[in-house]
Amino acid sequence: MTALLHRAGQTLLVLFGVSVLVFGVFFATPGADPTARIAGRNASPQIMEKVRHEYGFDRPLPVQYVIMMKKLFITRDLASYANRGERVVPEIMQAAPVTACLVCGAAFIWVTMSIAMGTVAAAMKDTWVDRGLMMLGLVGISIPVFWLGEVANLVTQNRYHDTWLFSWVPGLGYVPFSQSPLGWFRALVIPWTVLAVMFIGIYSRVLRTDLVTLAGEDFIRTAHAKGLSPIRVLLWHGLRTSMVTFVSLFGMDFAQLVGGGALLTEVVFGLPGVGRLTYRALTTLDLPVIMATVMYSAVFVVLANAAVDVIYVFLDPRVRDAS
Amino acid sequence: MTDTQSPAPLMEVRNLSKSYRVGGGHRLVAVDGISLSVMPGEMLGLVGESGCGKSTLGRCMLRLTDISAGQVMFEGRDITTLPERRLRPLRPRMQMVFQDSSACLNPRRRIGDLLAEPLRVHPGPDQRRRQAADIERRVRDLMELVSLPVAALTRYPHEFSGGQRQRINIARALALSPRLVVADEPVSALDVSVQAQIVNLFSDLRTRLGLTYVFVAHDLAVVRQVSTRVAVMYLGAIVEMGATDDVLHQPAHPYTAALTTAVPRPVVGATPPPPLGGDIPSPVNRPAGCRFHTRCPYVQDRCRMEAPVLRPIRPGHEAACHFPLPPS
Amino acid sequence: MCSLTHGCVMPADPTIPLLDVSDLCVSFPAGGRMVPIVEHVSFTLPEAGILGLVGESGSGKSVTAMAIMGLIDTPGVRVSGSVRFRGRELVGLPPRQIRRLRGRDIAMIFQDPMTAFTPVYTIGWQIDEQIRAHERISRTQARARTVRILGEMGVPDPERMARRYPHQLSGGLRQRAMIAMALSCNPTLLIADEPTTALDVTVQAQILDLIRSLRGTYGSSVLLITHDMGVVAQTCDSTLVLYSGRVAETGPSDRVFSHPGHPYTAALLDSIPPLYGPRPDRLPAIAGAPPVPMARPPGCAFGPRCAHVHAACTTTPPALLPLGPDHEAACVLPAEGTPLPPRTAADWPIDTIGDACP
Ligand SMILES: Nc1ncnc2c1ncn2[C@@H]1O[C@H](COP(=O)(O)OP(=O)(O)OP(=O)(O)O)[C@@H](O)[C@H]1O
Ligand SMILES: Nc1ncnc2c1ncn2[C@@H]1O[C@H](COP(=O)(O)OP(=O)(O)OP(=O)(O)O)[C@@H](O)[C@H]1O
Ligand code: SF4
Ligand code: SF4
Ligand SMILES: [Mg+2]
Ligand SMILES: [Mg+2]
Repeated sequence: MTALLHRAGQTLLVLFGVSVLVFGVFFATPGADPTARIAGRNASPQIMEKVRHEYGFDRPLPVQYVIMMKKLFITRDLASYANRGERVVPEIMQAAPVTACLVCGAAFIWVTMSIAMGTVAAAMKDTWVDRGLMMLGLVGISIPVFWLGEVANLVTQNRYHDTWLFSWVPGLGYVPFSQSPLGWFRALVIPWTVLAVMFIGIYSRVLRTDLVTLAGEDFIRTAHAKGLSPIRVLLWHGLRTSMVTFVSLFGMDFAQLVGGGALLTEVVFGLPGVGRLTYRALTTLDLPVIMATVMYSAVFVVLANAAVDVIYVFLDPRVRDAS
Repeated sequence: MTDTQSPAPLMEVRNLSKSYRVGGGHRLVAVDGISLSVMPGEMLGLVGESGCGKSTLGRCMLRLTDISAGQVMFEGRDITTLPERRLRPLRPRMQMVFQDSSACLNPRRRIGDLLAEPLRVHPGPDQRRRQAADIERRVRDLMELVSLPVAALTRYPHEFSGGQRQRINIARALALSPRLVVADEPVSALDVSVQAQIVNLFSDLRTRLGLTYVFVAHDLAVVRQVSTRVAVMYLGAIVEMGATDDVLHQPAHPYTAALTTAVPRPVVGATPPPPLGGDIPSPVNRPAGCRFHTRCPYVQDRCRMEAPVLRPIRPGHEAACHFPLPPS
Repeated sequence: MCSLTHGCVMPADPTIPLLDVSDLCVSFPAGGRMVPIVEHVSFTLPEAGILGLVGESGSGKSVTAMAIMGLIDTPGVRVSGSVRFRGRELVGLPPRQIRRLRGRDIAMIFQDPMTAFTPVYTIGWQIDEQIRAHERISRTQARARTVRILGEMGVPDPERMARRYPHQLSGGLRQRAMIAMALSCNPTLLIADEPTTALDVTVQAQILDLIRSLRGTYGSSVLLITHDMGVVAQTCDSTLVLYSGRVAETGPSDRVFSHPGHPYTAALLDSIPPLYGPRPDRLPAIAGAPPVPMARPPGCAFGPRCAHVHAACTTTPPALLPLGPDHEAACVLPAEGTPLPPRTAADWPIDTIGDACP
């Protein structure tokens, strides 16, 4: 319990560090006036003055930091001037569920698929099944996600859309779950698959390697000597032990995707998620939005990391004692 | 330390302690206030069970690790706090041989290179860089010293058996003609038939080179074969020390007695005595009083309260026990 | 005849040995050919007997044990010969059937108790698992048995220990737990592959004591693999010396230690430093190292290191020849009328246990 509290404190500290760093990079870079960057290009002097006052750019740096954090997390009225004064935080809050739905669905697919593929490949090591699956995994890793997305779009939206196979595929865009669960599912199922492909490749290969290495371990030998069936040995002893590595890998990837790493998929499929928001902000150099999304993804990575550590504690008793 | 007729000890440690910080804010006292001295030409055997601090003591002696408290004297000079830069000139005179012969040899370097390396790095006795020809000659001498063919110089470590790799390790430690060698379990990983070769090599080297060494091992019979004096360690402290056969055949400390009877001897028919109960306690929370009291068959109330100190019980024989066993 | 369904207990027939290994050969594919690792190994183990399998590292001790258990699954491995357990042939037995024997009739413990338990489950869970793999009993019943056996193995506070994870136990306790797991289904044969090598001497003494007591309390036979002649002498009724994958000598322990018939056995015994008596200046060491399995000499595998090697040794591997009751050695010397001298008291002065006892 104290270990968990300790960990929570650590997480807060890291979050603080990250926010300072992000703030520093965006606003405390010497020689550049942040006012102009927030106000956007060709802003009138009045707007400049308003921005300067609102963000406290005429006051010391720590005060600026506090104002910025207040605007981000408490009053949430950080506004994007480049985008006609639209509030940034609500925009992110709107985009986040879309990204979350996309990533969670994809994660579900890639976790189940990669566990299935990796385990089957390890069980049938050195057979053609193993080689076939691993080859497939390699293909998945090498296909760029935007290309796969475009091809999927081409096939399902244009070329074969009118055939019975793909006529159910809705047009690009997002349908909220609350509006129509079926529509939501239809809108997301192809993006999910596309996003998951690369991860299936990576995870199944990693898992297979891990399981094969474990097969040489003493405890696997013991499990066989106990008279357990090979399947039980593989699943209960091999796979269960492998989960420790698997989870740490998963936590990182999941966090960076939720934090905006699914940008290409979102753009290709026209999903209004955090990634697309970042993408748009980058193309228009919309500083508040960029900063807010960076901050948001940093928070996610740090939180996910902490979550992984907690899961670790449940998965691996050795970690439990070490802390 | 009762050795008064000998002049200055080559290596002396006084009240040496070494602790490690471990998880949860605990301190692990690996070496706990040890004092001992090693006379020139002496072969000191250090025995004890796994984790009792033998390797740590050896590393502290050679200043291969920082020391928490106490003093280390080499050739009469206090080297406890000497910075690494000032320690460097002393390094050639004190060397270490490790247990795992393969882990210490860079697998991508040829044997010749490995042996020449310390000679290139450290200046010769005249404080000048050694000539290539001198190095070459020295490397050949070393190979001859450890009974390896000179032709093997161009081969890689993995092409050798465990025993041969250990010879290479020894040769490397001897390259700079050290006065003191600390050998940390140099034969433990070897098979009996090969172990005997290396044990003999150590005996030979002492007669040929007049080496002084500290020989760490957990095999009592091996230690007896190579040492003139032994120190028995338990949980970070020396519990008994004295002339080899005196300690092994007439142990005064109950732990030493248990240790000698627990060694399985290759004699059929002898019924082994009942083994000592319990496991070694964790060095993180050492028992109070005598550190052996949790397993000692002769434990009394006093042992639980008061820690015995290492004290002379017979000439040249010290033990840390309130109730030392009488000589049989 | 015993059916292969659950709960089958094969009758103990006193006329057939518990384990009868004959002409066991194991070869692994390497570099495009088959490398014989274990060659023509034969031995028998009677009911309630303890057989010591000794040999240097790489001599094929573990491979022999794994072959008996049918645990070698390297692709391309070739196992031939016969392993009869209570008269039943194990070589070539379908995996499902040999799996039923494993853990229930034949159990195995491994060298390093540190790594032999799955790190993520408690000790108790892992012992329960073995019991429940072979018997249809409830979790609580299994746990009750686990706790009982742990207690019998000298684990203090077994109920709590069963809830501990492997890394939370000391090496000695872990090895006890390992033995408890092996004995949980009351096997008739226990194969112990260097059970004490990773342990300290005082803890080793405890474990050996435990192993010696098994035949009395459980009636189990033990195949004890070790490289320590001392462990064999103290623990085993009979001894089998393996050298480079071949049997060098086999016989009752007292005969093998007092009248070694193979120069390797004799040299091995000589090279152990004495703990008592006069200290030799040099140990009689065996020069060189064992041959690698790929490049064994055509004749006697010990030839290149043997002090008695001569022309007759270098053509074909010498066959095992009887030297006395149950005592055989694979050396040409006895047949040539020049057997090795017996080891006398001079070789083992007063090196008996108990001397140093206060
Ligand atoms: N770097 C380290 N950090 C923390 N603890 C350590 C460290 N090195 C050693 N220890 C601990 O210090 C104690 C003494 O260790 P040391 O290696 O000196 O024992 P040893 O007698 O050489 O044992 P062995 O026979 O196993 O080699 C052990 O409990 C060990 O776990
Ligand atoms: N699966 C395998 N494939 C190929 N070679 C193997 C395999 N397992 C063992 N060997 C080889 O067989 C030989 C004998 O190995 P084994 O493990 O039986 O030795 P051992 O007598 O048990 O030695 P140790 O005392 O080191 O445990 C070694 O040379 C080893 O390299
Ligand atoms: S002081 Fe007491 S407990 Fe310690 S060794 Fe001596 S008799 Fe045993
Ligand atoms: S057969 Fe020859 S070489 Fe082999 S052990 Fe006997 S005497 Fe030595
Ligand atoms: Mg050590
Ligand atoms: Mg082995």
